[in-house]
Amino acid sequence: MAASSLASRAVASLSPSISTGASRDDAGSSSVVGFHKRSSAFTGRRVRISSGHGSSAAHGRRSCVVAATAAPVKESPPKIADIELVTREEGLELYEDMILGRCFEDMCAQMYYRSKMFGFVHLYNGQEAVSTGFVKALKKDDYICSTYRDHVHALSKGVPARQVMSELFGKATGCCRGQGGSMHMFSKEHRLLGGFAFIGEGIPVATGAAFNTKYSREVLKDLSVDAVTLAFFGDGTCNNGQFFECLNMAALWKLPIVYVVENNLWAIGMDHFRATSVPEIWKKGEAFGMPGVHVDGMDVLKVREVAKEAIARARRGDGPTLVECETYRYRGHSLADPDELRKPEQKNKYAVRDPIAAFKKYLLENGLASEADLKAIEKKIDEIVEDAVEFADASPLPPRSQLLENVFADPRGFGIGPDGKYRCEDPAFTAGTAEV
Amino acid sequence: MAAAGAALAPIIENRLLLPPNAGRIRCSSSARGALVVRGAALSEESRKNRSSALKAVAVKGEAPNLTTAKSGHEILLFDALREGLEEEMARDPTVCVIGEDVGHYGGSYKVTKGLAEKFGDLRVLDTPICENSFTGMGIGAAMTGLRTVVEGMNMGFLLLAYNQISNNAGMLHYTSGGQFKIPIVIRGPGGVGKQLGAEHSQRLESYFQSVPGLQMVACSTPYNAKGLMKAAIRSDNPVILYEHVLLYNLKERIPDEEYVLCLEEAELVRPGKDVTILTYSRMRHFVLQAAKTLVERGYDPEIIDIRSLKPFDLFTIGNSIKKTHKVLIVEECMRTGGIGASLRAAIVDNFWDFLDGRPECLSSQDVPTPYAATLEDATVVQPAQIVVKVEQMCQGLV
Repeated sequence: MAASSLASRAVASLSPSISTGASRDDAGSSSVVGFHKRSSAFTGRRVRISSGHGSSAAHGRRSCVVAATAAPVKESPPKIADIELVTREEGLELYEDMILGRCFEDMCAQMYYRSKMFGFVHLYNGQEAVSTGFVKALKKDDYICSTYRDHVHALSKGVPARQVMSELFGKATGCCRGQGGSMHMFSKEHRLLGGFAFIGEGIPVATGAAFNTKYSREVLKDLSVDAVTLAFFGDGTCNNGQFFECLNMAALWKLPIVYVVENNLWAIGMDHFRATSVPEIWKKGEAFGMPGVHVDGMDVLKVREVAKEAIARARRGDGPTLVECETYRYRGHSLADPDELRKPEQKNKYAVRDPIAAFKKYLLENGLASEADLKAIEKKIDEIVEDAVEFADASPLPPRSQLLENVFADPRGFGIGPDGKYRCEDPAFTAGTAEV
Repeated sequence: MAAAGAALAPIIENRLLLPPNAGRIRCSSSARGALVVRGAALSEESRKNRSSALKAVAVKGEAPNLTTAKSGHEILLFDALREGLEEEMARDPTVCVIGEDVGHYGGSYKVTKGLAEKFGDLRVLDTPICENSFTGMGIGAAMTGLRTVVEGMNMGFLLLAYNQISNNAGMLHYTSGGQFKIPIVIRGPGGVGKQLGAEHSQRLESYFQSVPGLQMVACSTPYNAKGLMKAAIRSDNPVILYEHVLLYNLKERIPDEEYVLCLEEAELVRPGKDVTILTYSRMRHFVLQAAKTLVERGYDPEIIDIRSLKPFDLFTIGNSIKKTHKVLIVEECMRTGGIGASLRAAIVDNFWDFLDGRPECLSSQDVPTPYAATLEDATVVQPAQIVVKVEQMCQGLV
């Protein structure tokens, strides 16, 4: 292991007694209880990773029990008052964001089956803690880059629900004018760089945005630019060349980026363990000289802790981090996936670890919110999502004239016609009826 | 044709290199054998209309031509590219270069020589060998505000970057509803070299031409290389600039003053009236070589370097066809699915009424370029074939 502080760590072991294995076995226990106030995991103690033991159900993942090798720090048992991981305001914000994500995706399913949206639609149910935990730790100027499972990333980043729903309905008021669809959510205003259908192809784009930050600071000498980029992608992507190529470049040039793996164990119907020789994705960070971190992705506060750490590390110029979030999608890969391969035992194991239910419990038990507060939030979100549907329904379809408008940023790219004029000056062009 | 040893190409003679609106070359018009003449001859008036119509086009680069250049300096093509790149980098600090060996090595064809020393390692970025990812990185940087120039050490290597070039460079502006522009230039040497083997002898313009949202230009002289490089960098569209491995040492006198060429325009190389020859890149020089023979034999070919492979400059091409009624495309792409194939279709679609016969096309064979010199020569079009074809066309034998 490298002597530098870039050695792999597993952050999920916030105290010696909690291992990632335990939270899988205790299907019923909330993994948010038992937090200790503690110093940053990145400067913390060394951990030894052992594998092999711990329970593994038929499709359970290989145990990755983390135990501290140093003598446990003698800390007094946590008192409720010690736990200050979120303020009430922050807690409500996180809760609202997760509810928005869940409610929106549920509405998408309904709308899809009512033939309001089409094609391939990939829902995020169950993974809300990752999007909320990470994106809510960002500043407005920071960038995110996603995959086809991008609705909730867009919402967390601030793209209005109306615009996302309209885009899904294929209307002109969608965030991409109806031209992108479910898998291609973009927002210049909210710094969402996509929305990509091919796995892995967004990672270099994210890496480029991070490169831009470094370039702006070091070449253009603009120190006001300190944007961090987050790249979200799944377990299947981690076997793809672009993943490794970008980890290499980001580490080489210390780019301000965090690579967030949403490991939900399945790439459509391909079990992560059938596809991957070394299933511990976080370990691969070390191969490139960056910290590789594993976190319980069903726990928004744990995700947030890791996120804040990784983002701060990137922002101060120390380079990239690879974060593997253990998470699960409650629905199939897409709305067209019959989801027949995943065993009920596995689904149930994760169903009881619903990040929203867990966080709700946490907020209530720690007196950060009342039932009424949370009900009010749920009602507010219901209204937002209903409004989004109404707005999308009422919005116009893109007119024919829109067909050719965005093929080129500079429409002279359509060339010079036989009459000597640029094609884009042809009136049939603006009507969308010109042939190109 | 080429000198022994290094891949040199003939020095361009200035008299054959005429920009638009220049005077016509006088050539011998002695008997040429039976010509099939149809259609109206080009009158003085329509010639005037043509040159004024050229000015009617929206925005065109007003490039100084060589006849009015005050002095000019002699330069090799790779250096002209470098000059253009350097000027743009000095002018705009967001212009940067990404590629393998572009920095400390100065570029495998010396196009970026000295730039890393002048502008720093971050502006002339030496990458690891990962074309798809560093091209994607260039795209992400371009989306967020930089103007990246991505070099493929050989164009063929960009096959590895096809994912990024097609989906992200070409299509992302559209799928984002116009929110993100991708002002990237993707450039590198391609084409058939001197016994470089099949994989280093590819013509990527065939493969990329279908990708919507891309512009493609090919340079062929130091003059247009520098002008197109500058234009491509300044364009907000993703542009692929095709250079040729064997043209880097072409020498020419280019203007001292700054000039930027128009990306969408073709270049009238030699006005004529018997046949329109459309060509680009290295084949331009083969066509010029064939033209010497043809002129001696009394033919008057009009030679157009199309330069813009996508989109085609249908105005320049069309005007020529309306004059000559015969068109021959000479390209280095393979017969199947090349630029010639697309150009023939465009000509048939747009200028059918002006054609005396089918548009002819001389292309490379549909063969992986062999290593052996004799076989390699047989896969690409040679000047002698061009002469034969033009004679056949002018004599009505095809």
